[in-house]
Amino acid sequence: MRHPGLLASTWVLFRKDLLVEWRSRSRINALVFFSLATLLLFSFALGPDTALLRRNAGGYLWLALLLSSVLALGESFRVERENAALEGLRLVPVDARAIFLSKGLANAVLLVGLGILLVPVLVALLDVRLVLPWPRLLVLTVLGCLAIAAPGTLYGAIASHARARDVLLPLLLFPILIPALVAAAKGTALVFEGDPMDQLNSWVALLASFDILYWGLGVVLFPRVVEE
Amino acid sequence: MAGMLKRLWNSAPVAAVRAFAAHPLVQRSFVVFTVAVFVYAAWVGLTQAPPDREMGDVQRIMYAHVPMVQMMLLAGTILFVCSVLYLFRASWRTDALAEASAELALVYGAIGTTLGAIWGRPTWGVYWAWDPRLTTVAILLVALAGYLALRRFVDDAERRAVWASVTAIIIAADVPIIYFSVKWWKSLHQVQSNPRTVDPQMVHALRWNITAFFLVFIVFLVVRYRIALAARLREVTVPDAQPRAREAVAS
Repeated sequence: MRHPGLLASTWVLFRKDLLVEWRSRSRINALVFFSLATLLLFSFALGPDTALLRRNAGGYLWLALLLSSVLALGESFRVERENAALEGLRLVPVDARAIFLSKGLANAVLLVGLGILLVPVLVALLDVRLVLPWPRLLVLTVLGCLAIAAPGTLYGAIASHARARDVLLPLLLFPILIPALVAAAKGTALVFEGDPMDQLNSWVALLASFDILYWGLGVVLFPRVVEE
Repeated sequence: MAGMLKRLWNSAPVAAVRAFAAHPLVQRSFVVFTVAVFVYAAWVGLTQAPPDREMGDVQRIMYAHVPMVQMMLLAGTILFVCSVLYLFRASWRTDALAEASAELALVYGAIGTTLGAIWGRPTWGVYWAWDPRLTTVAILLVALAGYLALRRFVDDAERRAVWASVTAIIIAADVPIIYFSVKWWKSLHQVQSNPRTVDPQMVHALRWNITAFFLVFIVFLVVRYRIALAARLREVTVPDAQPRAREAVAS
């Protein structure tokens, strides 16, 4: 029997992950409302100062995405742990790198979708205006969500087998993600506020290097994480 | 390469040094020697070195702050090297050394940062500044706490060792990115103090203190490594085999 290649198995698994996500839409719904609630909470914690809220909108967007990502990542591996689905996949046998790539991409797609949903809310709720063209915000969102998804998938796999996994995942993930959070939030703020000093490109470059580094490390290290 | 190192390790002169170092009396004398050097270094730093022209006596914090931070960097390097080595060749010794150095890095880093903050208040006017190096160290300390929590939360010893190594590599890979991001993000820290950048009269005191803290570091590392190794061996051996397990695994 000929084994399918890395890309082919990644594609199949990626579709499987999205299908599982689609068939249990209640989880996506919960995620959407969780992130909306987070956005509202930020506004209430800081008081009704419209100018201040508008200035911080980029940071709120990424904090809401980051907090939701922990739930999404935890869920994505809880599904695999039930019925030992991950072990089943490994026995097929599927290349462990394909599992990492598909899970990571599925999580990234989920987060990008969430980000695209949150921006109109920000516009309505905090009176944010997009000063730069929207494709730039889309690039930032995609790169930022890829940055959360790569180490998130790696740590999600680790934490799902540990005790106190709900505490462990953010504890491991948040410090690592600080540079990505800084770059994404600063870049988003520039899209909202205008970029007179032409700084956006350096933040995008930082985010892109973070992505390349962690997607590379994930592909190399993930097989060791899930081995028996 | 590995074979050569093994032959060197088992060669007569190295074996003699190892037997000498393993003697309890020698080890106890080393601890006494370390304490003596530490006390002397503290005396030199506190009384013999001149006070700084602008900062006055507060600057003497440097004699503890600089060595502490250097030992943190050393411990972090040992942790990273052990983690990479473990993934290539699993060994309880590397895992135990990684655990010992991670704990030391966190302790030295936390004390070094606190000392820096105490030094910063009278000289910069603030305890904390969002300076790239300061912020990078703070983020790394939080990441290290996560690493140590992971070690506590995984029961299977082999999985714990692999996952801890993966986590340490992920954290190490983040160091340059954290540094650049924070640097661009917002700088106040003076150039690092090392024997080349401080006044010759202070060099003597700084060198003694770096040596003293290094010796203390070695003592802590060895003691913690032994505890970690013993705990690991106890974990992985069957209860019946425990009294003789040490020799069995060590050989």
